[in-house]
Amino acid sequence: METDPQPILKLTGITKHYRSKASLFGRAGKPIVALQDLSLEVGAGEILGLVGESGSGKSTTGRLIVKLEVPDAGHIHLNGADTPKLKGKTLADFRRNVQMIFQDPYQSLNPHLSIYDTVAEPLIIHGAGDEAGRRQTVCETLGFAGLTPPEEYLNRYPHQLSGGQRQRVAIARAMVLQPAFVVADEPTSMLDASISFQIFNLLLEVRREMGVAILFITHSISAARYLCDRIAVIYRGSLMETGPADQVINNPLHPYTKALIDAQPGFDCVEADRYDTLLAAERDPVGGEHCPFYSRCSQAVKETCATSAPLLEHGESDHLAACYYI
Amino acid sequence: MTLLDVKNLSISYQTRGGPLQAVEDISFALDKGKTLGFVGESGCGKSTIGLALMGLLPPNTTVTSGSVRFNGSDLLSLSEEKLRQVRWQKIAMIFQAAMNALNPVHRVSDQVAEAILAHTPGISKTDALAQVRELFDLVEIPIKRMNDYPHQYSGGMKQRAVIAMALACRPDLIIADEPTTALDVIVQAQILDEIKSIQKELNLGILFISHDISVVADVCDHIGVMYAGQLVEYGHRREVFESPGHPYTQELVGSHQALLGAQCQPQSAPSAAPNLLSPPPGCRYCDRCKEGGDTCRTEAPQWIELSDNHRIFCCHRDPEE
Repeated sequence: METDPQPILKLTGITKHYRSKASLFGRAGKPIVALQDLSLEVGAGEILGLVGESGSGKSTTGRLIVKLEVPDAGHIHLNGADTPKLKGKTLADFRRNVQMIFQDPYQSLNPHLSIYDTVAEPLIIHGAGDEAGRRQTVCETLGFAGLTPPEEYLNRYPHQLSGGQRQRVAIARAMVLQPAFVVADEPTSMLDASISFQIFNLLLEVRREMGVAILFITHSISAARYLCDRIAVIYRGSLMETGPADQVINNPLHPYTKALIDAQPGFDCVEADRYDTLLAAERDPVGGEHCPFYSRCSQAVKETCATSAPLLEHGESDHLAACYYI
Repeated sequence: MTLLDVKNLSISYQTRGGPLQAVEDISFALDKGKTLGFVGESGCGKSTIGLALMGLLPPNTTVTSGSVRFNGSDLLSLSEEKLRQVRWQKIAMIFQAAMNALNPVHRVSDQVAEAILAHTPGISKTDALAQVRELFDLVEIPIKRMNDYPHQYSGGMKQRAVIAMALACRPDLIIADEPTTALDVIVQAQILDEIKSIQKELNLGILFISHDISVVADVCDHIGVMYAGQLVEYGHRREVFESPGHPYTQELVGSHQALLGAQCQPQSAPSAAPNLLSPPPGCRYCDRCKEGGDTCRTEAPQWIELSDNHRIFCCHRDPEE
């Protein structure tokens, strides 16, 4: 898909540290770097896959975008507005325009609210329509999310639905206000393979029908391949590689991307050549400036990789990697 | 050598709505040092089989028919005491949610030692802990982390500790029930490699249960595909994964997001599995099946041999095709 020249979302130099609180017996620990100088763009109507392992900062990125967290440094621009500074009416508009689909549909739905109340809640909060209008909107959205006939679901409660149906409700709740941008944080990691496949198809349809841009957060690079126009690979808070999905998968530049591809289970990968770029035993970390992936990279060269961090500038045009040796 | 031989196993749950056939007429065999994978969606009965082999079925369950022979003895007729001796010493289990399988208030080393102490009469705690050290070496947990509490471990380390616990009494058979489902791909790949290498070293038989056919294809020698309590396809992993015979297996393989090759095509949302309180008379998959005809709704499916060691449970497919 052609990306709009004007990105809908732009992150520049985002840094986020988490500090542990001082406990009764000890001092506060060292701050944990969740994101380090991260810059990212998502075009209108584009699906960007943010791929990385647990603890790589991908969920933090999603939470920063929807303003569940505040960055320590850097700027987040959505439709040109600097989101951390929003207040009042513009903040309400922002909340309406940006929605999130959470990982676990067993926890993200309120068990006391019926499906109608769950999906109608955003409409009520943002004062959209009267009661009859809301009912119609909710029914349309549920039907669109594949819960048909919607009337049968309105008065049910989350515990009466399967995991896949719950995730459809969560998607309907996110889409009911017709947002411009949605963060989907591992929306299928709690679901069976065949159900998650249906959810992917639903997300593709949501994009096609509503033109919404999606940040799709996942640890599975093959899921990203199915859904995304572009892929950004993140490791310990820094971007390692970005590029069009096909190029990143068929011609990975960064050793970490290769490790993610290696890790994908499946019959084809068993026989296929493996890249073997991940160290079995981690190398001792070094102090000071170094490549974030240095301690686990089997191809690292001490003189360069342990002394300065490579920038995301190696490669060509739109397919870039932060690695000196590609 | 056949380690485990299950014949015509049927298990039903007593529910308020009447008996529910969770597992129906399932037969399979597993050799020493081999891995058999069961794949299927939630509720297809794959975990129930695992629990039955461990003798851990909940009280509202009855084994309605069939036999389970393990190392020549019939597991289903063993007394509770005899079964207790087999359990964990001969057959151990790796549970799904490693974060919940460990007790948060005991040190990890003590929890693994507990399994050894409970099953080895007369062993001292020092000797048990020495064995724990060997086990942690085997699953590659740093020895200095041995005395930590579970919350100090990462998800992958907890899963390794649970594997160490399963290996504690050097069993012959391990039942791995979705051992990597809660882990991210990199850790999953490490754990799967770990399981494969330990299996080679100890010549273990493994029954591997998962909903993800790609994981099963990665680790198993043979694959059994389950749908709504029945086995619908069985065969060597290469044959099942590369040329799936049953329409349900084709759906599973199709929904596996392959990294290489053609991208899979979107399909319409399939309907849910039938209610097992009153299963339909014909094929259970026919509501979702793209190829099924009218006879599938009324006639019970038959086993069709596709090749020497590859068979499907289906009504409409002509074996001559």
